[in-house]
Amino acid sequence: MNTLDIPFGGRTLTILPSGAVWDRAAGWLCVSDLHLGKSDRVARRLGLMLPPYEVAETLDRLSADIAATGAAVVICLGDSFDDLAASAALEEAALHRLAALQVGRRWIWIEGNHDPGPCGLAGEHVAEWRADGLTFRHIADPRDTGPELSGHYHPKHGIGGGARPCVLFDAARMILPAYGTYTGGMPARGATLSALFPGRSFAVLTGRAPVLTPVTAAPRGRPMRRVG
Amino acid sequence: MTALPPNIADWFHRQGWEIHPHQKAMLDRAEEPALLLIAPTGGGKTLAGFLPTLAELAEGGFEGLHTLYVSPLKALAADIRRNLTRPVNEMALPIRIEDRTGDTPASQRRRQRADPPHILLTTPESLALLISYEDAPRMFGSLRRVIVDEIHALAESKRGDQLMLALSRLQAMAPAMRRVGLSATVEDPPALAAQLARAPDPCPILLADPGPPPDIEMLVTDTPPPWAGGGAHYAIPQVLDLVRRHRTTLIFHNTRAQAEIFFHHLWLANEEALPIGIHHGSLSRAAREKVEGAMVAGELSAIVCTGTLDLGIDWGDVDLVIQIGAPKNVKKLVQRIGRANHRYNAPSKAIVVPANRFEVVECVAALEAARAGELDGEPRGRGPQDVLCQHILIRACAGPFDADDLFEEVRAAGAYADLARAEFDACLNFVATGGYALRAYDRWQRLKQGPDGMWALRDPRATTRIRMNLGTIIDYDNVDVRMRRSHQLLGEIEEGFAATLHPGETFLIGGQVVRYEGLKEMVVEVSRRSDKEPRVATYGGTKFSTTTELQHRILDLLNSGEWDALPGHTRDWLALQRDRSLMPRADRLLIESFPFENRAHTCVHAFAGRNAQQTLGLLLTHRMEEAGLHPLGFVATDYATLVWGLDEVTDPAPLVSRGELEDGLETWLSGNAVMKRTFRNVGIISGLIERNLPQLKKSGRQATFSSDILYDTLHKYDPDHLLLRITRDEALRGLVSFGRIDEMLARTEGRVDHVVLDRPSPLAAPMLLERGRVPVEGAGRQRIEEEEAARLLRESGLGAL
Repeated sequence: MNTLDIPFGGRTLTILPSGAVWDRAAGWLCVSDLHLGKSDRVARRLGLMLPPYEVAETLDRLSADIAATGAAVVICLGDSFDDLAASAALEEAALHRLAALQVGRRWIWIEGNHDPGPCGLAGEHVAEWRADGLTFRHIADPRDTGPELSGHYHPKHGIGGGARPCVLFDAARMILPAYGTYTGGMPARGATLSALFPGRSFAVLTGRAPVLTPVTAAPRGRPMRRVG
Repeated sequence: MTALPPNIADWFHRQGWEIHPHQKAMLDRAEEPALLLIAPTGGGKTLAGFLPTLAELAEGGFEGLHTLYVSPLKALAADIRRNLTRPVNEMALPIRIEDRTGDTPASQRRRQRADPPHILLTTPESLALLISYEDAPRMFGSLRRVIVDEIHALAESKRGDQLMLALSRLQAMAPAMRRVGLSATVEDPPALAAQLARAPDPCPILLADPGPPPDIEMLVTDTPPPWAGGGAHYAIPQVLDLVRRHRTTLIFHNTRAQAEIFFHHLWLANEEALPIGIHHGSLSRAAREKVEGAMVAGELSAIVCTGTLDLGIDWGDVDLVIQIGAPKNVKKLVQRIGRANHRYNAPSKAIVVPANRFEVVECVAALEAARAGELDGEPRGRGPQDVLCQHILIRACAGPFDADDLFEEVRAAGAYADLARAEFDACLNFVATGGYALRAYDRWQRLKQGPDGMWALRDPRATTRIRMNLGTIIDYDNVDVRMRRSHQLLGEIEEGFAATLHPGETFLIGGQVVRYEGLKEMVVEVSRRSDKEPRVATYGGTKFSTTTELQHRILDLLNSGEWDALPGHTRDWLALQRDRSLMPRADRLLIESFPFENRAHTCVHAFAGRNAQQTLGLLLTHRMEEAGLHPLGFVATDYATLVWGLDEVTDPAPLVSRGELEDGLETWLSGNAVMKRTFRNVGIISGLIERNLPQLKKSGRQATFSSDILYDTLHKYDPDHLLLRITRDEALRGLVSFGRIDEMLARTEGRVDHVVLDRPSPLAAPMLLERGRVPVEGAGRQRIEEEEAARLLRESGLGAL
């Protein structure tokens, strides 16, 4: 697997092509915004019936990352389920796969805005998590001077081509891309994300082999697309 | 036979008009269940369509909707209302006429459903909406006649398929309904008639006197046209001179972007300030109406326009049509020429301006075909199933339905006459459950079958969103362009183009140079500043491919050696090609290889049309990549594909064999951007995903999903899904155009002439100047991105990180 190591919060973190972050020394694997059950929620609320394979697709990638890293701890940074009803409606097969993945390792579910409160699955359900000098939460806290890992915004960035999901970081915080299949993205140079990274920031483009690039200032008034 | 009532006959007499023979014939045959009238523009075609209605309503006493008129343009519906209301008032007929389009105010639309007029003028999309209401049977029960205007234009697209399905629905509500189609000259009238009639009933065809043959020629200038490009700016002095010498000139372009650039340059050269306007589909309604009004009032000397002026709105006194660029399609050329001289029996006058050297050949070939009356066109094919899926949704909005009844109704539309029950059931299953191999959505499925066997929407509230997404016209994601302070709407540009604009940059819209100021709530704000060379907005419209028939004429012309009709410069150029290389032939495939700027170039002269040549470029470079020939890119025109790379192609014949190309199609096609774009359209029409609707965007209720990701997921987990089958069929016929490659393979049968040269051949050289070069997506892209990232890191002083 093509991966990329970057220094963050005094540790060496490995970015995987899927957008997961892996701490080889500590043994944890961190993913964000799985949005499991999104197609079910869309059908329930909008009447659209998207291809119902996104849970399988997301779990396929997660299984592969866990197998490749042999992670002892898996940290899900929130919005793991598209809503609590979606987690309740998750199919047997998906539940079995999740349970199988949890065997033999610690599993931390951090609450997100889509899935506040426990969702009835095995694992530890917390609002925030601290480990190895790092804080893990769903939404970045602008007052926190870090180092902090979060998700929520689904950052995207592109250089010389189309935008790809990216890990966005500076010295204080790191924001992970959405791991779920049918998730949109927010441009790294848009107003919201620029406000969280007032100084110099970097992006690791994912999807293929990870590519590290500085995020240069945005020209004013870029259109935003598919903010999820 | 319907006799002309005295008040109508008197009116004709007072106007000093003689009723045309085909108008009389329409009256005589008013009782035909279906009738197709083919008449030239200006032949009183619309009145011919309405005369039987006026005659039937002249006595008064008819309650409710009598005649439905459907046209492809909103503007046409409004125009016809004005043009019909005047004679009806003058004849003092007791007839109420109203139009109903997307522009009609909501209050009037509500009233029209409760109290419909005698004659309603509308578009296919508004009709689709009307039949989706539960009270549709009450509104349409009294319907006697349907008039489909410009049916030749509608029948070319899914709008026509949707309309014919709607007519089937209407027929079920109004068994007495008769159908009339009004068409310009087409290549295959019986095929058009079969689409109009209730299948499998016959549909007689009335041919009006086509009038005198058009007076049509090619513009020959002292300076030869450029080698490549499509702007034809070289001809601007001559075009201005022609405008000066005529009352009103229509200057047609094949694309909106070309119309904008040409108009800009025309103005720069227009020292006498001749009144010239511009009109195309991306301008604001206000801007278009202003130009239309000025035109009707005779205030304009010329209008630079696109296909939006192809259709029969009466623009007053046009006495010259100029076509800029090769027409690509003889039928379109003939229909455009018909826009000049709306008087019956006066010949239309037209001038064709080739944009580059090769187009000189194409124009001459097209003129020969037009004079010989040989029209071209691709057969339409079977009714598309994404449109059927939408029709099922429309039917469900109107209330519970029986699947057997709907199946029979659908098969009564000509394009769906051979639809198999299994195909229908697959569409119904898709609409109801999503049609996935994996059982899902049991609780949330869209349609449910009741205990009585009737199908109905699970959630009746879904009708609002379904209705908002009706129609088969797919807009690209466009954003409005407005003036910064006045907020005056100028038109729209593609969102993708807007994203590439930087503040201070200028671009052309509606012939003005405007300065990009910023993007605010999905509106591009601009100011009036023209201190920089403007860019040209891109529009996602389709580019037409030169038709098969026209390509054959071009090849015949090239090989006949009878080049008297060609200007001297073109003759010399072709003679040079004959001496240096070979002349491309219909029964052989010419492939030339030559070095240029340290790259190996290979040019395939397949004459298969732009889309097919594009596909050929993708397939060839895919195979070359596999063969380790390191292709770097290609460019395609209507006539040839030029590929370049690091290594020389020494034996091209196997690369273009049918087996190789078909294999490539299997593997390459599935992941290709063309497929994804087609899938997006199919997904929207069939109701899998929704359009980007401003009203939903504002309220935050918009749900947009990347159709590319949905496509990839479906392809991976459910490759036989209905929508993937529809997408594949459509792409092969449309953007991929593999049928045209097949046609080329069939006529050349493996006879490949490979000519190796030490420099570009005369025919291949202009290709080097063509725009629209496509870089090959291969291993190279990751490398380019990494190099760019490394440069950025070096510049930021963090290269060692």
